[in-house]
Amino acid sequence: MNASTIIFYILAATIVGGGLMSVTCRKIFRSAVYLLFTLIGIAGLYFYIDYEFIAAVQVIVYVGGIVVLIIFSIFLTQGSGEDMKRPAMGQAVFSALAAIFGCMLTMYIISQHVFTGSGKPALEPSAANIGGQMLSTTEHGYMLPFEVVSMLLLAAMIGCIVIAIKIKVPPHKILPESNGENEEEIAEKVETV
Amino acid sequence: MNDIGLFHFLFVSCALFFIGVYGFLTRRNLITMLMSVELILNSVNINLIAFNKFLFPDKLDGLFFTLFIITIAAAEAAVAIAIIINLYRNYKTIDVEETDTMKY
Repeated sequence: MNASTIIFYILAATIVGGGLMSVTCRKIFRSAVYLLFTLIGIAGLYFYIDYEFIAAVQVIVYVGGIVVLIIFSIFLTQGSGEDMKRPAMGQAVFSALAAIFGCMLTMYIISQHVFTGSGKPALEPSAANIGGQMLSTTEHGYMLPFEVVSMLLLAAMIGCIVIAIKIKVPPHKILPESNGENEEEIAEKVETV
Repeated sequence: MNDIGLFHFLFVSCALFFIGVYGFLTRRNLITMLMSVELILNSVNINLIAFNKFLFPDKLDGLFFTLFIITIAAAEAAVAIAIIINLYRNYKTIDVEETDTMKY
């Protein structure tokens, strides 16, 4: 048991414990905070095996972006102090059984399998190497997926705006047949829209 | 047991994946279901990074796959939250049991 092993087990305990609390906690805001711990633990795991760039991306995108977005949407959609409903007993039991047996089966298969690596000398996963290969147009370059994913991000951004935008409907579009008799009702409906 | 190898990483990622599956099956709130999906995606990322580090250190492909998964997860979370907010505006709830307009 040297220090490196202990650090790994601390990170693993953070990840698994945070994940467990995140899916079982009944206060939704706390569950988001536990998710934050899990994601930071995963970033620590990437630091642990010297993949600094991917760890930085994990912290920036997940911790700085997605969790903040989730917390905003919690504030927008529900009171964060209330408890959520408890899951139905049968459902919880059978889900837990399915998860535990699936986990045990997968771990058994992994432990039986013999992995064979390439055994070649390591390539430094530095930002220079990553950027060079990602933006190269040669055989092992990732230029095309890079461009496709940029189009996907643009489409997602426009889609989000279109979905979440609030459209003001003029009154004649709501009740085309009425001709100014009960204007108060129409005004009420417009306000609710 | 002194050396942290590939199997340690695979076991952590396996546990995290099935925690995410459990959350996805039991939660009835759309935001917490989205959080479970994030857990599942992260466990896949750990897998890819561990394979890249311990089996094929001469390549960077696992790392690129992880980068693209992170990007797509960000887009997916943004679209999902836009849909959730729109749903809340129309129904005043984000519980999957109660939004059943298209069910019958």
